[in-house]
Amino acid sequence: MKTILLLSVKEVREGLRNRWVVAATGLLAALALTLTFLGSAPTGTVGAGALDVVVISLASLTIFIVPLIALLISHDAIVGEIERGTMTLLLSYPVRRRQVLFGKFMGHLAILAFATCVGYGLAAIALLVTGKAVGAGSWAAFMAMTASSVLLGAVFVAIGYLVSALVADRATAGGVAIGIWLVFVVLYDMALLGLLVADQGRAVSGGTLDALLLFNPTDAYRLFNLAGSGNIAAASGMAGTVQTAVLAPAALLAALAAWVVAPMALAALVFSRREL
Amino acid sequence: MNLNVELNSVARRYGRVKAVDGVSFSAAPGEVIALVGHNGAGKTTLIKLMLGLARPTAGSVAVLGQDPAAGDATVRRRLGYLPETVSFNPALTGRETLRFYVRLKGGRRDEEDALLERIGLAHAADRRIGTYSKGMRQRLGLAQAMIGTPAVLLLDEPTTGLDPELRQQFYAIVREMQAVGATVLLSSHALNELEGNASRVVILNDGRKIADGTLDELRHIARLPTRIRLKTVEGGAKRLREWMGEPAGLRQINGHIVELDATPEDKAAFLRRTAGEGAPFEDLEMVPPGLDELYAHFLSERASR
Repeated sequence: MKTILLLSVKEVREGLRNRWVVAATGLLAALALTLTFLGSAPTGTVGAGALDVVVISLASLTIFIVPLIALLISHDAIVGEIERGTMTLLLSYPVRRRQVLFGKFMGHLAILAFATCVGYGLAAIALLVTGKAVGAGSWAAFMAMTASSVLLGAVFVAIGYLVSALVADRATAGGVAIGIWLVFVVLYDMALLGLLVADQGRAVSGGTLDALLLFNPTDAYRLFNLAGSGNIAAASGMAGTVQTAVLAPAALLAALAAWVVAPMALAALVFSRREL
Repeated sequence: MNLNVELNSVARRYGRVKAVDGVSFSAAPGEVIALVGHNGAGKTTLIKLMLGLARPTAGSVAVLGQDPAAGDATVRRRLGYLPETVSFNPALTGRETLRFYVRLKGGRRDEEDALLERIGLAHAADRRIGTYSKGMRQRLGLAQAMIGTPAVLLLDEPTTGLDPELRQQFYAIVREMQAVGATVLLSSHALNELEGNASRVVILNDGRKIADGTLDELRHIARLPTRIRLKTVEGGAKRLREWMGEPAGLRQINGHIVELDATPEDKAAFLRRTAGEGAPFEDLEMVPPGLDELYAHFLSERASR
């Protein structure tokens, strides 16, 4: 445990030194603040709560940005250290490979959690400062959104490690990471939509659709946040989905958790068999 | 005698390439063993096998009595390793980096300060490693290998990129470690610097061990001649040759220098004959075969077989 902590602290320190933490936090804060000020303009007429609109905007933003940041910091975690020769040195110490992997995971997750909480927190504070009234339900939705964003980040950190453990060099890892981002964030939903349109509701049942949505962590995240509470579902136009989809928030969170555990377990397995 | 490192007909192939092929040797405490060979001769693979980072396809490896691939933490704690290309995060300072490794190895508190002092990096301890010279990075690499006074030190090409002064310092540290009973295994292709620093030399070629012994033993096996060079007054070379009785193989370099290659058994007889009272030379120089010659000899012997 001490070893894992030591490794994660080193990861955080390196993240601070090479400005990853600053860059990720700055990016998320800038985008969140922009969305907050742009998004809070129409609330007067639509009748949705100011923070609800922010939650919807930020959730949509998260789906694009957080997986990207997570993959960027994780894709060379293993293959990069192997290429630089630091991995052989590290593994000559009394350290198990599993510990290396989990130590890095904790460190990267800490960086991501910090960037998300500070970035999105600033947006919420800005909203308060401008004097918008915010209900308790909206706060709960905001908290859930922020926490699940970190979880979504963890999913893609784990996927990034799996890529990093599998490929032979850093350049490949980068390419594969971008490919994975494209598939999960853009192509999967487009393909799913195309399938639904072509099918016209004949073969694809509601149950199949639910299963298909769970196979993409970004969809699970989207459903969890946009269809989660009544107000937000109405404002996000997802109310129809909520009625037909039977996926409970707990099931969606479980799916996200599984998306962390499975790639991590696979990455640990692949890494433990890899020869350096 | 208990051995710190024991390799028993170890082989390791990568696909069809035999990186290491049937290598056996052992190392006792207090021995400094040099692994010598071309690039690709199998030195780094041997070190990785001893670290447990690669598993042998045949044979067995034991370091401090354990299979290193088992990853026993108590063994790892008594092992120091310096990789061939040592790289540290350039954004961290020397002290931060060394502290991390000290903690990872469960070393004494503040051991990093003592180590930085010992390798002469105390003045640069709080500078970023990005500002270090190659020699300073190499010294930092050596410092991390010395954490916890290891019983076995595996140093992969430790002196490449070091200037002569740093090399001297490096071998002084190696001798200190040897004096407290550490087994030091270092790979090198700078052969001449091993003279006087390595107690034993293992010569590798194409993954096979082709020679193993002290430098003297290897010289004896190789039966390479010692070059004897005699200097006389200007124009005195003719007289000197006559005095020696015009031995076969004598070469006249110029008017006052002659040279002769003497085999180990002829050497003493030749000197007795030549260097008697009244011998007409002013200076005598003897050059024993160096490691470079030995290495070339063992390689050509292997090729001709």
